[in-house]
This record gives sequence, C-alpha cells and structure tokens, in this order.
Amino acid sequence: MRVNVTVNGVAHRVDHVWALESLLDFLRERVGLRGTKNACEQGECGSCSVYVDGVLVCSCLVAAGQVEGCSVVTVEGLGSGGEVHPVQQAFLDAGAVQCGFCTPGVIVSAHCLLARNPDPDELTVREELSGNLCRCTGYQKILHAVSLAAARAGDATMTGGCER
Amino acid sequence: MQGSGSVLRPASWGDAVLLRSQHPEASPICGGTDLMVDVNFGRARPGALLDLTAVAGIDSWELMDGGRTVRIGAGVCFARVIDELAGQCPALAQAARTVGSPQIRNRGTVAGNLATASPAGDSHPVLLACWGRVEAESVRGLRLIDIDDFFVGPKRSALEPDELIRAVRVPAATGPQQFAKVGPRNAMVIATTSFALNLDVAGRRAGTGIGSAGPTPLRARGAEQMLEEALADRWDGPRGVGESVAQEFGALVAEAASPIDDVRGSAAYRRHALAVLGRRCLSWALADLEAAGAA
Ligand SMILES: Cc1cc2nc3c(=O)[nH]c(=O)nc-3n(C[C@H](O)[C@H](O)[C@H](O)COP(=O)(O)OP(=O)(O)OC[C@H]3O[C@@H](n4cnc5c(N)ncnc54)[C@H](O)[C@@H]3O)c2cc1C
Ligand code: FES
Ligand code: FES
Repeated sequence: MRVNVTVNGVAHRVDHVWALESLLDFLRERVGLRGTKNACEQGECGSCSVYVDGVLVCSCLVAAGQVEGCSVVTVEGLGSGGEVHPVQQAFLDAGAVQCGFCTPGVIVSAHCLLARNPDPDELTVREELSGNLCRCTGYQKILHAVSLAAARAGDATMTGGCER
Repeated sequence: MQGSGSVLRPASWGDAVLLRSQHPEASPICGGTDLMVDVNFGRARPGALLDLTAVAGIDSWELMDGGRTVRIGAGVCFARVIDELAGQCPALAQAARTVGSPQIRNRGTVAGNLATASPAGDSHPVLLACWGRVEAESVRGLRLIDIDDFFVGPKRSALEPDELIRAVRVPAATGPQQFAKVGPRNAMVIATTSFALNLDVAGRRAGTGIGSAGPTPLRARGAEQMLEEALADRWDGPRGVGESVAQEFGALVAEAASPIDDVRGSAAYRRHALAVLGRRCLSWALADLEAAGAA
C-alpha cells in the first residue's frame, strides 16, 4: 500500500506500507523521525503525541493508511530555522527533562494547550496534560515549564506592541 | 483480492457500505482508540482496514424531528460532543468529558464505543437513559436498533457482520440529565461503575443507565418506575420529592445491577457505589428541575 502524507511541511510518498502499521511506526521507521516515542502502544502514555491536520492524537492508535493526504506535525516540526520552539526552550530552562522519554510527547501536548489557551490555570494544565505520563519528574517542573512558556509568550506579545 | 492488505478509504457512505459487504476481512476503523490497541497487542489481525474517517459528512451532526432528536454521525469524536452538543445532550457531553485523555477524546467516537460494546463504555448508560437509537446500515438496507436491543453480551452487539453504524440518534434533553462515574483517579479511567439519569420532562418519563456492573450496560427499570410515580403531577416543580425518594431510588438502582468481582472492583463495592451515584444524580437533577421551575 502507498501512503502520501505531508510531515512537518515535507511531502512523503511511501510504498509497501502495511495495512495495520501505526502512524507511530511509520514516522519512526519509514520517515526516520525518531523524536516521537513508543512507550506503551495503547494510548495511555502520550509519548507518541503528534498533530494530524492540527488535531492532537496518539500516533500509536492511528493507522498509517488513515493519514493519506493529511498533514502531520511531530515534535521535530515545532521549531523553525534551526531554533527550538519557545515551549521547548521553557522545558530546557525549567529543567523539566530527566530521562527525556516522555518529553517530546509532553511538549507537543503543551504546545497544543498553549495554542488553544495562552494563559491556562494550573488545573487546566493538569487536565490538558492528563494524557501524558512521566515516570521521572513528578510533574512539578513540567507544570513550571508550561507556565514559564505561557508567561514568556505573554511578555512577547506585550513587547510586540500589543499594548493599547 | 483487491483491497486486502490495505486500508480501504471510501469517500462516500454508499461506497463504505458496499466495501463492508465485499470485504468481510476488513475491520472498520474510526478513531482507532479501541481497534489499534488490539492490533498493537496482536489480539486483532484483520486482513485489511475499512477506514470511515474519509467518508463525506460522517463527522457531522444534525437536528431532526423539528429539533427533538440529535443525529450524531459515526465520525463525530468525543471532543466535539463536549464542545458542540452539551446543550442538547448534556449527559452525553458529561460522559464524553470523562473518556480517556484529550488525545483519546480527539479521536474516539460514540459509534466506535457502541461497536466495541464494552460493559464499561461511557456513552452506553447515557444512551440507555436517553432511549437512543442506532442507525445500522448494510447493502440490505438501513435499520434502527433501539438501544435496549443493542447490547447482547459482553463486547457483543446486535450489529450484523455486514452492517456499519452510520449514526446514533439521541432525543434532545427536555429536562435535567446527569452522568457520574467511579474510578481510581480523575483522568484516564475505565469506569469501575457508572450511572446516567435523564428526566424527560416533556414526556413525563425517567430514563436510567448503569455501566460496568453487569455483562452489558443495564437499565434500572424499577428505579425509573418508582421515580415516575413519585414525580407524578410534580414534574414542573418537584416540591416535596426529597431525600427519602433519592435514597430509595439509589437502592433500586443498586438492585438492578448484576456486578461481578474483578480487577477494577468487587461486586459489593459496585452495588454500594451505584446506590450512592443513583441518589446523588437524582438529588442534583431534582435541584436542577426546581431551579428551572423557579426561573
Ligand atoms: C487510553 C485509552 C483510554 C480510554 N478511555 C475510555 C473511557 O474512559 N471510556 C470509554 O468508554 N472508552 C475509553 N476508551 C476506549 C475507546 O476510546 C472508546 O471505546 C471509543 O469510543 C472507541 O471509538 P473509536 O472511534 O476510536 O473506535 P475504533 O477503535 O475505530 O473502533 C472500535 C470498534 O468498533 C468498530 N467500528 C468503529 N466504527 C464503526 C462503525 N461506524 N460501524 C461499525 N463498526 C465500527 C471497529 O471495527 C472496532 O471493532 C479508551 C481507550 C484508550 C486507548
Ligand atoms: S505509545 Fe502511544 S500513547 Fe503510549
Ligand atoms: S522525564 Fe523520564 S519519563 Fe518524563
């Protein structure tokens, strides 16, 4: 089976895709993007989180053939021009990364959350990140990183001339 | 055979129904949040997939019967039920809020929940309480399955092998509705047990549904009858329908269950929890009814 899909803005045409192959395996093994992690393959951990047509999903639960003609964005596609995305920078600065296995998925989810809600309260952050498990950090630093990213984005808008 | 070993992606509903009969080896897939888990763990090895997500119009909902019924297409995910249907289908939206995580709610559908027919499916008690109907279609035609006839055993439904769920029809709320679920934590929880209540003020009927406390989702008929008698001529202002009615209602809900002991909880705990959920849901719904009457 052939799958045509855009990943991080680049068009891919991949042949010999297996009908039951997950988007997660497709991204890692066929497209060669290994930022998206495989930790449970049952939708519980969120380490495989990506966007499909702008919607946050667990790529382990999407069949590769279902994304024919779609646009997928992975953690590798968040930054631009060789720079990490501000959400990624906030995770680095807050020390919200230990083993790092959950981090790509958490960052894609946090990116999605902040895109929808630029100034979330802590309950909202906990709720919106409830699909991402982390075995190391105890979540405090992750929560801190998200509020740091939100605060910086707020500052950026202000210095960007949004004041009336 | 053409189509085997691949993902079939019909663009129209007619093609989907045709492919379903031509390719019995193909498993339907919508959100994939049940099917792909089974595939990833080797519990399911379908020869092909019949992906319904590209079918035109499958991810839309509409009002029918002059606004009295909401018809929810098979591709509408739980996140959209929450965002768009909380007004017409409040209990369904409440149940949808408790499903999995944001990622699961962005993909999982009511139709997929139904087709899996798990006794723990969170939409099921609500659809029972609301007297929902399932549109099942094959090349032989379209039929409407009453929700009371839909669940026939653990993970077994009345769907025929060549049928697809096209949509679910849910009567729009005419009064207060409640859904409550018990589980070990707040997120990502399969129900230990759950309960839904629908006060159909216009129809003078009370609807109930119990999840995760029997081989299939169940209706608590005795509790419904008791409540309808208690409300009798007080549907528009339930004065005097108080705590003792709620207690008795909860007890009848627990009585209707046939729970087992399993990893998520004991039968005794489930019965106890159902009595509490039944009582609470009714107290909340009566308060809503009172508030609506006072307004
Ligand atoms: C981490 C996680 C958490 C979860 N939490 C919950 C929860 O809290 N509550 C809950 O109820 N469920 C939960 N689920 C289960 C699942 O998300 C739901 O059952 C969901 O509704 C399934 O919908 P889907 O569209 O993803 O189904 P799919 O996986 O696409 O399909 C499920 C089954 O239905 C069949 N099917 C799908 N669509 C149709 C159709 N239109 N016609 C005929 N057959 C069809 C498929 O062949 C398959 O057998 C969870 C799952 C995961 C992975
Ligand atoms: S690998 Fe997909 S959710 Fe864990
Ligand atoms: S940093 Fe190790 S799992 Fe989160």
